[in-house]
Amino acid sequence: MKMTIHLLGRTYQFANLKEIMAKANEEKSGDQLAGIAASDNSERMAAKAALADALLSDIRNEPLLPPEEDEVSRIIESQVNEKIYTEIRNWSVAELREYLLHPKTTQPEIIRMSRGLTSEMIAAVAKLMSNLDLMQAASKIEVLTHCNYTIGQRGVLSGRAQPNHPTDDILGIKAALYEALSYGIGDAVIGINPVIDTTDSVREVMKMTKEVMQKWSIPTQNCVLAHVTTQMRAIKQGAPADMIFQSLAGTEAGNKAFGIHEQLLDEADDLIHRDGTAAGPNLWYFETGQGSELSAEAHYGIDQVTLEARCYGLARKYKPFLVNTVVGFIGPEYLYDNKQVVRAGLEDHFMGKMHLLPMGVDVCYTNHMKADQNDMDNLAVLLAAAGVNYLIGVAMADDCMLNYQSTSFHDIATVRELFGKHPAPDFERWLEDMGLMQNGRLTPLAGDPTLFM
Amino acid sequence: MNDSSTLNWLVDQVMKALEKKVEDRESKPHMIAEAATSYEMLAQSHSGELPSDHSIDEVLPHNIPEPRWAEGMEELLASTPARIGVWRTGTRPLTSTMLALRNAHAAAIDAVFSEVSPDLLQEMNLFTVETHYGDMETFLRRPDKGRRINDEGVALMREKCVHRPQVQIVVADGLSANAIESNIRDVYPSLMNALEVYGLSCGTPFFVRGGRVGCMDHIGEILHPEVLVLLIGERPGLVSSESMSAYMCYRPHAGTVESDRTVISNIHRGGTPPIEAGAHMGTVLYKMLEQQTSGIKLIM
Repeated sequence: MKMTIHLLGRTYQFANLKEIMAKANEEKSGDQLAGIAASDNSERMAAKAALADALLSDIRNEPLLPPEEDEVSRIIESQVNEKIYTEIRNWSVAELREYLLHPKTTQPEIIRMSRGLTSEMIAAVAKLMSNLDLMQAASKIEVLTHCNYTIGQRGVLSGRAQPNHPTDDILGIKAALYEALSYGIGDAVIGINPVIDTTDSVREVMKMTKEVMQKWSIPTQNCVLAHVTTQMRAIKQGAPADMIFQSLAGTEAGNKAFGIHEQLLDEADDLIHRDGTAAGPNLWYFETGQGSELSAEAHYGIDQVTLEARCYGLARKYKPFLVNTVVGFIGPEYLYDNKQVVRAGLEDHFMGKMHLLPMGVDVCYTNHMKADQNDMDNLAVLLAAAGVNYLIGVAMADDCMLNYQSTSFHDIATVRELFGKHPAPDFERWLEDMGLMQNGRLTPLAGDPTLFM
Repeated sequence: MNDSSTLNWLVDQVMKALEKKVEDRESKPHMIAEAATSYEMLAQSHSGELPSDHSIDEVLPHNIPEPRWAEGMEELLASTPARIGVWRTGTRPLTSTMLALRNAHAAAIDAVFSEVSPDLLQEMNLFTVETHYGDMETFLRRPDKGRRINDEGVALMREKCVHRPQVQIVVADGLSANAIESNIRDVYPSLMNALEVYGLSCGTPFFVRGGRVGCMDHIGEILHPEVLVLLIGERPGLVSSESMSAYMCYRPHAGTVESDRTVISNIHRGGTPPIEAGAHMGTVLYKMLEQQTSGIKLIM
C-alpha cells in the first residue's frame, strides 16, 4: 500500500490504513469532531488516491480493529468466503469500483462478490464513489425479505408506518396508524417507538397492532422498537411480535453502550424463531446511523463511514427483514447540514445493499441541523432512484414523540407516483380490496382514517 | 422495602400528596394532566404565552371533506398531537397544512438559539455554572465541550454544594431553554415533594449553561452523589419545543455508558405532564438507591 502521495505539488505522508480511510471520506462533522478528518480538500484527495491503489488484501491484512479485541470484527471475519476472497484479493479498490459500475456486473455477480468482501472493503469503495455512483451500483441489487409477507421487489417502494405517540396512548397510536394505512403506508412494518420501555406497556402496544392487523386482514408485520431485553420479556409473556428490533453499533464497545452483545442477540434470535408470531425466515429489524460509535466514545479513531459499514457486517449475521439507517437523527455534530445528510444516506444505502441487506432509510433531520423538509424531499427521491426498499412514514413527517422530522405518508405516496413504484404486492391487493388504491394510484377514499374505525 | 406492595403504597402516597398540591394551586389549566391530552386543548393552554411565531393555525380541525365517520374523526384528533386528518391535493398536503409545518419548524429553530432567563434561575434559587461550550456553533458541533464543566464552575460547585449528597439535582439548558422555562416551576417542587415522601435527602441544586447529558459524569466525579438527576432541554420538536428529559444515574462517573442511565423523556404539557414526571422521578431514584444500580439493569 502506498503511504506517500504526491498531489498538486505537495507530498502527503499517511501513517496507516486507518488514517487513509478517515481522510478519504467526504467532509463530515463527525470525523472532524473525532479529530480524524482531512485538514483540507487536497489532503482528502491525496487520501482517496492512496485508497484507490490499495489492494483488497491490504485492507484485510491491516484490520482497523483486530478480531482478537472486538466481537464485531470477529463476526465480519467469520463471514468471508475464502474462495471468493482469493479471486479478488489482488484487486485495487479502484478496480472494485469500476467492476461494480460495469454494465456486465449485475445482481448475481454482486451477490457472489459480496460474500468475499469485508465491511471495511465495502466502506473503502464507497469513499471513492460519487453520489450517482452510489445510486447506480445500489440499484443493481434487489434484496427480497420475507417476514409474514415479502418486500423488496424491483418496482416496489414500501413504507414503515411509524405512528408514535408522546405517551404511548393506545388510541393515539391507532389514530396515526389509521391515517398511515389510509395513504397506503405500512407494508414494510407497523413499527412503534415506545416512550415507556416497560414489559407491560410494550406488550400492550404489540397486542394492539396485532389486533388491528387481524381485524382488517392487513398483510404486514408488527414491531415495537423497545430495547431488545424488554421485547424479549414481553414475548416470553406471550406478547405477539413478528420481529425483534435493535439499534446496532459497529464496535463491541459501541454495542455495550446500547446494552447489547452478540450472545444477547443470539438469545433473542432463538426466542423470535421459537416464540415469534411470523413465518420468517427474516425476523429482525435493525437500525443504525453514522456517528453512534463516536457518540458512545467507542470509535477507536475509525471514521464513521467505516463504522457504519461494520454495523451492516454485524446485521448480516442475523438475516434481518428490515435494516434502516436513521441518517439525520443523531445531530449536527455528526452530519452538519443537508449536503452531509444526503451523502450519508446514499453511502449507507449502498453499503447496506452491498452486504445484501434490505435497506430502508429514515430520511430525517433534527431542528438543530442545517437542513429542512426540502432537503428530505430531495434525498427521498434520490433513494427511490437508487432502489431503496422502504422509507419511514410519519404523519406530515413530524414525529411528535421522537422530536425530529422524517418523510410523510404524502411523501411516500408521491415518490411512488413519480417513479411508478408500488406498495408490496400483497399489500397493494389489500389496498385495492379496501378501495384505497386502483391501478397503483390512491383513490378518492384515501386519506380518511375513519375508514378503519 | 423490597416488597412491591410497600412500593405501590408509597407511590400512592406521593400521588395523593401531589394531587392535593395541584388542587391547592388551582386554576392553571396546564397543571392538570388531562388538560393537555388533546391537541386543541394543548393549543388553548398555550395561547397567549407562546412566542408569536408559534401560530395558532397549527391546530386546524381536520380537512377531510366527507369522513366516513365524522365523530370518529374528532375522537382520533383528540387522541394525538400527530398531524392527522390533514387531507391532500393529489398526493400532496394542502397549503395550510404545509405552511403550519414550516411555521412550527421556524419556532423550533428559534428555540435552539434561546437562553434560560436569569430571573427564572434566581426564582428557583439555582446558581449557574458553565461548561466549555463557548458559543452556539461550537456547542452544536462539539458536544464533548458541553460534557465538561469549566474550571470556574468546578470551583463554584466545590464551594457551594453539599458533598456526597444522597440525591443531586442538576438543571441544564441542553438544546432547548424553552423546555426549562416551561416545565421547571412544576417539575421541581413535585420532585422535591416525592423525595420527601420517600425520605430521601437532597444536595445543593444548580444550573448548567451549555450542558449536555454527559456533564452528569463530570459532576459525579466532583460531588460524588449516590444518585444524580439531570433535568435537561431536549432537542425541540415541531409539536413542542418545550420537551424536557430527566436523566438519572446511580453514582455517575467518568466512563458511565448510556445504558447505565435511566431516562424519562417527553416531559411537557402534551406528553408526560411535569407534575407526574416529578413524582415518577422520585420513584425511580428511590428504586435506584434500593437496587444500587440504574439504566437497563434497574427493574421497575
